[in-house]
Parts: sequence; C-alpha cells; structure tokens
Amino acid sequence: MSENVAVIGVGHSKFGSRKDVNIPELAWESIKPALDSANIEQKDIDFFVVGNAGVWSSEAAIPALMAEYADLAPKGSMRVEAACATGNAAIRVGYQAIKSGEADVVLVLGIEKMQESPNPTVIELIGRFGSYFWEFENFGLTFPGYYALHGTAYMMKYGATEEDYARVAVKNHYYGAKNPYAQFQKEVTIEKVMEPKYVAWPFKLFDCSPITDGSACVILASEEFAKDVEDKIWIHSQGVGTGTANLSRRSDFTSLESARYAAELAYKRAGIDMDAPYKYLDGANVHDCFTAPEIIAYEDLRFAKRGEGVQLIRDEQTYIGGRIPVNVDGGLKAKGHPIGATGVSQAVEAYKQLLSKAEPGRQAEIKHGRWLAHNVGGTGHYSYVTIYGLEKLKK
Amino acid sequence: MDEKLENHIEQYGFPIVPDEKSGALQWIDMRELRVKFIISVEKIKPFFEGLKEGKLLATKCKKCGRLFFPPQKDCPSCRTDEMDWVELSKEGQLETLTVLFVRPPSFANYDPYTVAIAKLDDGPRITAWLKGDPTKARPGMKVRVEVSKRKEGYYMYELVPVE
Ligand SMILES: [Zn+2]
Repeated sequence: MSENVAVIGVGHSKFGSRKDVNIPELAWESIKPALDSANIEQKDIDFFVVGNAGVWSSEAAIPALMAEYADLAPKGSMRVEAACATGNAAIRVGYQAIKSGEADVVLVLGIEKMQESPNPTVIELIGRFGSYFWEFENFGLTFPGYYALHGTAYMMKYGATEEDYARVAVKNHYYGAKNPYAQFQKEVTIEKVMEPKYVAWPFKLFDCSPITDGSACVILASEEFAKDVEDKIWIHSQGVGTGTANLSRRSDFTSLESARYAAELAYKRAGIDMDAPYKYLDGANVHDCFTAPEIIAYEDLRFAKRGEGVQLIRDEQTYIGGRIPVNVDGGLKAKGHPIGATGVSQAVEAYKQLLSKAEPGRQAEIKHGRWLAHNVGGTGHYSYVTIYGLEKLKK
Repeated sequence: MDEKLENHIEQYGFPIVPDEKSGALQWIDMRELRVKFIISVEKIKPFFEGLKEGKLLATKCKKCGRLFFPPQKDCPSCRTDEMDWVELSKEGQLETLTVLFVRPPSFANYDPYTVAIAKLDDGPRITAWLKGDPTKARPGMKVRVEVSKRKEGYYMYELVPVE
C-alpha cells in the first residue's frame, strides 16, 4: 500500500498533424523523455496503462505494440477508454494500482492518432460519443452539436454572447503561441474567431478544438520509490463522475452534473474549501474542447458562481495574474485534443507548472503548490477532476 | 481503387502516397472497413408501432410509476420489467437547440438541420429535429411533437413550434 502517489517523470510529443510518424514512433516521443526525467529503466516499471480511444486509427492492440517498440514486455498492461477523458482514466488505473500496493511504478501513456482517418470519418465517429441510437442514428448530432446545445442554453440563460465565447479562444491561442508542443502557435483576435461560418451554431471554427495526433506520458510511483526523486509532484486526489448517455435525460444544459460531482469529491479529499477553491490553487487545466464548456467548467469547478463564469473571461481573470490561470498551455483549443493523450497532457502540464518548468510567458506563479486538471469525456458522460500538489497531502 | 493510388502503386511498388501538406509518406490502407450495426428493437417494438399511429409512447413502471423516455424495458428503481406503455402528451417547452452546419457524411443528403431538446408537459425530455426558423426559436417556447416521415421513407418525430 502507498498512501501517496507521485508523478516522477513526464514526456510530451509535439501535438498536431503528425503525418511524419506512426503510432509507436509517436508514443516513443513521450515515453523516452518520461523514462529519462524519472531516471528509471523499463525493468523498474511494474505495470503500464495506455489511454487510447482508437477507432479512427489502424492499430487495436496498442499496449502490446508499445511493449514491443519500447521494451515493456512482459510487464502487465491495459488499454482504457473514456472518450475524451481517456487519459485521466488511464491515470486513475495507475494511481489505484499504486495506492492498492499492486505496483510501485506505473507508466501511463496517452496516445491518439486521429489523422489516420480522413476528417469526415472522424466527424462520423465522434458523433457516436453520446447515445448512438437516439441521438446520432436518428438525428445526426455531431460532437460540436452536443456542446452547442449547452452553449446556446448558457447564452440564453445568462446573457453570454458569441463574442464572450471568442474570448476563450483568444486566451487559449495567446498561451498556445507560447507552447512549443501546441498544435496552433498563433494568436487570434475576437474578430478572427467571429469570422468563419458556423460549424454548429453558436460555434464557429475557432470555437472548436482540432483533430489532433499526439502522445503524453507520465511515470507514477509509490511514496517509497519516489522518496529519493528530486523533481516530483503528488496526486492529492481524484474525483470521477458519470452522466447519462442521452442528453435528454439531463435536467440542465448550463452545467455538467458529472463534473460538479467529480469536483466535489476531489475537493473534499484534498481538503479544499468548496466555497473558494481557487484560493487553494495556482492554476487549472479545464476541458475546453469548445469555448463555451470552458466557461461552464469555471462554474462546475466553483471558480465562479453559477451564471458568473462568463464574467471571469470578460475580466481576464483566467489569465496569469487573475483569479486563477486556466489553460495556460493553450488548452485543447490551441494545444490540440488527441483524445487519449489529453488527460495525460494535463498531468504533464501540472508537473511543469508546479515545478516552474513551463516555457517563458506561460509560467503561473506558484504560491499554493496545487494545480487542478478537469477532463471531460463526451458531453459530461465521464468527468475526472484531479488535483496535483507540490508537497505531499497534509492530513 | 482511385486512379491516383493506382498510379502510386505502379510508381513506388507500394500503396504509398506523400501527404498533400507535409509531403510525409503515407501508406494507404488497402483493407477498407465498412460498418453498419444491427440493433435490437424487439423489446421497444410498441414505440415504433405507436409512432406509426401518430402516438409518442413511453414506458411506465407498474410498481413505482416512473416514466422512461427514451423508453426502456426495465425499471432500475424496482428492478422489475413489468412496464406499461403509455402515451405521452405531445406538448412541451423548448429547452435548448443548435443548428448543425457541418454534418456527418451519413447526413450529407440533408440541409443544415436544427436539433433541439424539449421538456414535455408529462415530464420527460425529448431530443429531435426542430422544424421552422431556428433564429426565432427560444428556450421556454411552446413546441409539440409531430410524427413525420424522413426523406428515406420511414417514420421519425420532430419538434414543431406552436403558433
Ligand atoms: Zn419502478
């Protein structure tokens, strides 16, 4: 048993259109730096988990492919899937394996090669991440469509505008431009975000995260194993929630119940005051697969009261120096959203931020030593909230 | 097989094509997979029979009275499958909507369509296409469920603004 679990090494590939590498080559781009920074050998790894949603890419037995390419055989492995929260689901498996005493060192890889399929095929496949029969087969809801149902509900209830949503894209591109691993390293203006045609009203091109190839890797270790490691952070807590498949079975479209539930669990376990959690955090990564859900996440995570999340972005309170910096790696919006890698990429960002290793211009001030990651699969179908800390959790 | 690929096979000796943007060589998979799923509707057959008669049917637990839409065979509260089929009122209020401009290829033969969620007066919510001008639609607006036929010739249901 290990009461505490540490992140002792991280790796991150360049996200984007990675036509220059195949799946195992792309995985190795993050596995290698993770092994290097943890200063461990493959033989030290007791178990490895691969987060990969797949379906759009050719290979199905990804852990075995990794075992072969990265010399991980015959260690135990597992592939996990939780739609866009796949990466955090993989972290959960590794975290629990160590907490339970089943393993001392676990490698967690998140990888997705979405561009192995043409865009129309990917649109077709992602549309199925809800209730296939009642929503997709019959009414052709797309992934932007599911979140647009929330985006419009939020606008009409709280008076947010399409320009407000554009502000989220502007912020995330501003920081993405400073992240050498991001898919888009270009700033955008509100005018530029407002320009293109609608994808799913009220979302236009720049309101949507892109279709991305990428990998991210973290090495998790028990307290005993981590004690001599210099650069490390700790997992303070993780909350997980699940929503209904059909959006019509939800009672509210301005919030994700599964995310609120996951956040409450995570805050409670980490000893964070639910009335003002931002006072305990130095920053957060939230699941901005589209612009509106970032604002909804502010509220689900209680960075702002219900209906007041939009004011945070208007007042630039989620930039560095504001109430709480959010997605200062570019977020899914500018960094890219390789579904299986996203949650693991958030853990890499928590490690970099807390250890003050982020690139110039996007390093938050570390005062409280805590970073939050919010990772949603589907439209609140699965929600993970993970809190990372520079110091071990004080009981 | 497309002509470009055929030319490349001849040229390279393999189904290898440079990526249009980056120039990186890509192997084009020759094993095309087409999927079409076969989904059982045996236990919710009355829903489809009802729709043909213009009725919107839900299941209702005989024991606790819980209503289920989309209809489901089992009540998880009572762990029973003793359900009644009941007709829902087709009136309700719009809760949210979106207009899908970028459609999945399998919906390419449709013009941009509006998908909406409405809360029916009987309680359950329903997701369906919304008829009419979406720019005039607002949450809280009264709508009714109308049974219609798709282009492909089979029945579906839509939301229609009242008035
Ligand atoms: Zn019952």
